[in-house]
Amino acid sequence: MQGPHRVGFAFKPVRMAIVRAQGLGKTYRVADKRPGLAGTLRHFVNRRERLIAAVQDVSFSIEPGEFVGFLGANGAGKTTTLKMLTGLIHPTSGTVEVAGCQPQRREADFLGQITLVMGQKQQLIWDLPPLDSLRVNAAVYGIPPEESRRRIAELAEMLELGDELRRPVRKLSLGQRMKAELLAALLHRPAVLFLDEPTLGLDVNAQARVRSFLADYNRRFGATVLLTSHYMADITALCPRVLLIHEGRLFYDGSLETLTQRLAPCREVRLELHAPLGAEAFASYGEVEAIEGREVRLLIPRERLTEQVGRLLADLAVVDLSVSDPPIEDIIGRLFHQGAVA
Amino acid sequence: MRRHLRQRLAHARRIAAVLLSSQYAYMLEYRAEIVLWALSGVLPFIMLGLWSAVDASGGLGMGSLQLARYFLAAFVVRQFTIVWVMYTFEEDNLTGRLSPYLLQPVPLVWRYVAAHLSEQATRLPFVAMLVGLFFLLYPAAFWWPSFSSLLLAVLATLAAFALRFLMQFTLTMVCFWSEKASALERLLYLPYLYLSGLVAPLALYPEGVRNFAFWTPFPYMVDVPARILAGETVPVLQSFAAMAAWAALLLPINLLLWRRGLRHYSAMGA
Repeated sequence: MQGPHRVGFAFKPVRMAIVRAQGLGKTYRVADKRPGLAGTLRHFVNRRERLIAAVQDVSFSIEPGEFVGFLGANGAGKTTTLKMLTGLIHPTSGTVEVAGCQPQRREADFLGQITLVMGQKQQLIWDLPPLDSLRVNAAVYGIPPEESRRRIAELAEMLELGDELRRPVRKLSLGQRMKAELLAALLHRPAVLFLDEPTLGLDVNAQARVRSFLADYNRRFGATVLLTSHYMADITALCPRVLLIHEGRLFYDGSLETLTQRLAPCREVRLELHAPLGAEAFASYGEVEAIEGREVRLLIPRERLTEQVGRLLADLAVVDLSVSDPPIEDIIGRLFHQGAVA
Repeated sequence: MRRHLRQRLAHARRIAAVLLSSQYAYMLEYRAEIVLWALSGVLPFIMLGLWSAVDASGGLGMGSLQLARYFLAAFVVRQFTIVWVMYTFEEDNLTGRLSPYLLQPVPLVWRYVAAHLSEQATRLPFVAMLVGLFFLLYPAAFWWPSFSSLLLAVLATLAAFALRFLMQFTLTMVCFWSEKASALERLLYLPYLYLSGLVAPLALYPEGVRNFAFWTPFPYMVDVPARILAGETVPVLQSFAAMAAWAALLLPINLLLWRRGLRHYSAMGA
């Protein structure tokens, strides 16, 4: 297997790297059980296990202040890599260095320089207001009370949080909770942020607010950010550079623009029609992705998008039409299925 | 050097104070549940009824007042030595809450110790009420321990809590390898129940069983502090030395399992 494609000139190696992974690998031992009663009994008597290589030979480096997107389908190895970068799990092979430290040693100096935000996995105390958890974090990270009050006020303003910090966490909406989680995770002003699906489950407005906060934080404090997200909008808004991982291997390391051209030459057009039509009716406009009654999803090459949308509106009885990028998971899945990247 | 040490101590004091106050606030949210837990710990009173009946019919050689005071003291000691770290740790591990805790520069065990101490502080008024009620119903059993035996009893109860916590926290390390490690604690509850003095004062046990019991850590978790509190004569130095010896045995095992466990940790649910 070849190493990742490196595209573009902006990401030069590496003397100043704040995150460096070299030949990183993680293998899990998992139970191998067949279904049914016979399988259960056999498994009970003779337990079999197999090895799963979640991450294999991943190498990359990130320079201070970079905002990097980490893309891949579910189970591709993104979260496992993040866990190794933060020291939560130990790599089976390879080396990691973050902020000049070996993460798995979990030294206080290292822990004070990083944060990991995992969508909906909370460090806030559920039954108390976020301010109580923030007090704990301030003490743990040795932030003087006056300074912690100043930082809380500053971050709360950036996140548009006010009274919510005095309400029990369980009474907050998902978006408010996520913002409070971010505040708690950033109170010690970490130099390196590992963000695993920070906008997962949020509505569009909340996603946009979290996104703009992250961009602002990156600008203001020069923090390095490695972000995984299933929402293409997060990646396009925030990450000039992306890493693409598939089945545990790094396939691409370069600019988002180049990746988008390569991975998503088409855009998705959703139509709601007056009356249902067969697939043959759309053959001249683009590739039919799905037809469900009066709703149709088409893939149309980017360069022909305007022309074809114009034709669709002119030719067919269209009630509603929207254009979007296909979900990143679909794009990557389709691409690997076709073998276009490998 | 000395200044650095002072700073570190001040930092540790601040963390401890904040963890205790936030955990106390958290426990107060669950005060009704804690009252029910306190009420569910009345096993010593049930055993008191049972043994009083046996004493009345045959004579146990302990006397009903002595029995009553022992079981009341056992109830109090039990209330302040209940440990549930394995269940919380197991849940934190399975739900992924452990991971953010592990990424903070404070030993994880601090959180759990603070949670236990805060829960004990929340229990305190209800335990005092139950003790008051006991004396109201059985005024003849009232006694006021001397200052020295009260102080010793408090120290012995704290040491008993520390030993029980250390023992369970050591077993808790199995959570790094097994998702249902709490089954081990349930298994261990049986010898704890019978050898700690919760179901009967160890003085009533056959000599062979009693001698065996004192080679285990269990009598030091209830029987010894309860007898000190009840004003009985106890080999204090020997008991504290035994507790220290058990702690010295368990601590390195705990640290070893902790280090190995972290290497094995897979950050489930995250």
